[in-house]
Amino acid sequence: MKTSKILTGALLLFAGVNALAQGSISGNMETNFQYLLSDDKINAIQPDEKALLNSYINVNYRLAGFKAGVRLEGYLPRTLGYPDRFDGAGLGYRYVGYENDLVDITVGNFYEQFGSGLIFRSYEDRALGLDNMMNGISLNLRPYKGVTLKTVYGRQRFAFVEGKNQYGAGIVRGADLEVNFNEWFPKLSDHNVRITGGGSLVSRFQEDNNSEFVLPENTGAYGGRLALAYKKFFINGEYIIKEQDPSQDNGYIYNYGKGMIVNAGYSQKGLGIVLSAKSIDNMSFRSDRDAVLQDLTMGFIPPLTKTHTYNLVATLYPYASQPNGEVAFQADIIYNIKRGTKLGGKYGTDISLNFSTAYEPLKKTSGINPLDSSRVTYESSLFDKSDLLYWRDINVSVKRKVHKQWTIEASYYNISMNNDVLKLTDEKGIIESHIGVLDVEYKINRKHTVRAEVQGLWTVDNKDRGAWATGLIEYTISPDWFFSAIFQSNYGNPVKEDRINYPMLFVGKIWGATRVQVGYGRQKEGLFCVGGICRFVPASNGLSLTFTHSF
Amino acid sequence: MKKLSLLLASAFVFLTLTTTAQENDKGILDKVIPDMQLKDIEGKTIQTGQLENDGKPMIISFWATWCTPCKKELNAIHDLYIDWQDETGVRLIAVSVDDQRTASRVVPYVDSRSWEYQILLDPNGDLKRAMGVNNVPHTFLVDGNGNIVYSHNNYAPGDEYELYDEILKLTEE
Repeated sequence: MKTSKILTGALLLFAGVNALAQGSISGNMETNFQYLLSDDKINAIQPDEKALLNSYINVNYRLAGFKAGVRLEGYLPRTLGYPDRFDGAGLGYRYVGYENDLVDITVGNFYEQFGSGLIFRSYEDRALGLDNMMNGISLNLRPYKGVTLKTVYGRQRFAFVEGKNQYGAGIVRGADLEVNFNEWFPKLSDHNVRITGGGSLVSRFQEDNNSEFVLPENTGAYGGRLALAYKKFFINGEYIIKEQDPSQDNGYIYNYGKGMIVNAGYSQKGLGIVLSAKSIDNMSFRSDRDAVLQDLTMGFIPPLTKTHTYNLVATLYPYASQPNGEVAFQADIIYNIKRGTKLGGKYGTDISLNFSTAYEPLKKTSGINPLDSSRVTYESSLFDKSDLLYWRDINVSVKRKVHKQWTIEASYYNISMNNDVLKLTDEKGIIESHIGVLDVEYKINRKHTVRAEVQGLWTVDNKDRGAWATGLIEYTISPDWFFSAIFQSNYGNPVKEDRINYPMLFVGKIWGATRVQVGYGRQKEGLFCVGGICRFVPASNGLSLTFTHSF
Repeated sequence: MKKLSLLLASAFVFLTLTTTAQENDKGILDKVIPDMQLKDIEGKTIQTGQLENDGKPMIISFWATWCTPCKKELNAIHDLYIDWQDETGVRLIAVSVDDQRTASRVVPYVDSRSWEYQILLDPNGDLKRAMGVNNVPHTFLVDGNGNIVYSHNNYAPGDEYELYDEILKLTEE
């Protein structure tokens, strides 16, 4: 029955579109296919189906102010490491809406973010299997110049079972107001000053489903933000308070949560500086208090660390935000030594320096009986940190074009990660590693380029899995081909049997907005992280095929 | 099986729709920039549907501060941009998809590289979704009438020349 319903819908859309052919359609598709083999050495198991497939197609239609769209998705079955709440094929996302200068209304599924997203961010990160889209109604108003009011009402997507969306237990309601003061007082701009302010309020309703405690059914969170800029200086910050929200994450305590993020920076030609600070306490906020992992998150707590891209740096010891509490700092400097100078060389030299660190917040328990009826188990203040280190990363990278055809980049990283907190492997305590990467690019001619990477990682005292090396060679032919070969080896593993090599080959072909990539080889188990959120991917051996297309 | 046939049927409907569309004078797949509001780096609201360049071509390039190929592409174009502008009047709009984790890096990076591009911020991927972008870098070329005439996903050194050939095609017409 449902099938015919969807087909009717598709036909209606088709008919409607033909009638109104002056509208426009856009969208994309993505297919990820894996054919897996078993590999005893890395404990990779061939699934019964042998082949796995994730597939998506998005279609958006717009005509004047009207908009509508659908996404069909299929997990037949889901690819390796993808959350187990996804199976079947069907309609995963649909909306209709209308937008003009004053209003923007969407009914159905939608994504939205308030401020920096600390208390509300509904978004999709398909690579991670994260999609906490809303199902409900979103109404945005621009009632006056420089003023934007956003409101949302709905439930969040929890799972996609047998081709059908399942939504979370809690109802999410929220409003956010942002004012750009420069549009009110144009004189500010004449003095090179820019001021933007905003405030948001989000509330979740969920029935008290607990027999042990009396749980608050409505939990609110609210906060304000301000962004100032003067010439090339800027500072912005957001402060958030979350009311009592006993949850699986915080052990059903009745503490209030709070969070603050501040960024300040300065930039000019050839120089950019950003300093950031963050204090988070009891800020896990989900639309179901019993949810775990990446499920039903309402807030997004950005980690204050650099997003590394080299394989060994990005995948072995990454950091993930600690919503229960962390005090973190980051400094980021990019500097360009001018071309034509002695130090800068003929083409100039880029230097980037980055330092980030995170600590456990200090939780004062003196004078507090954690067993009393209030269940407020500690006191804390913003930026009050303990000595317990969660994370520290010091890295430097120097990039220089040394010749018309040659570009060289050398990077060094010193990363210390508290494995008792982040629990990436079975190792105890802090794992400190030194990582070096050399990246060399040689332009054969306008269209042909070869690039090679050599990466080495050594853990202090040969802790955890010891030393790793990675070699990569990539050949690209603009605009449509790429070939790459990666060889990774855990050559220094203290356990001899685990000194495993991981060879991989990739070939890709691009036709404008269409891209096909085929990979074959062995992939290590590990964390796959995007934006500070990580998903564990088991080891695998086999063939993978990725197809993407935009239209 | 039922699910599979559903998908196949939908794909069929979609394909029919595509071919029908192409028979029209202005097919519905003649893509234009979807109209929505984004902020620029000064906090000003920009109506994306009203982006224009006096009848000359425009490049819309999706990028992020954490995306090495994106930065390579925009830096490579930066070296050629003065000539491109002189010869064709082209204008580039770089849409950053950095989320809150890296958004504060956008302005310092752009300033330090002295990019002259107009920068728009798309922190929750709204324009990215509406334009059907799968991943960054993804570069679109818009003609003087606002139609998207070319797009390329991925960057390999040398792709900027292909893009420029496409721009020349538009201006020489």
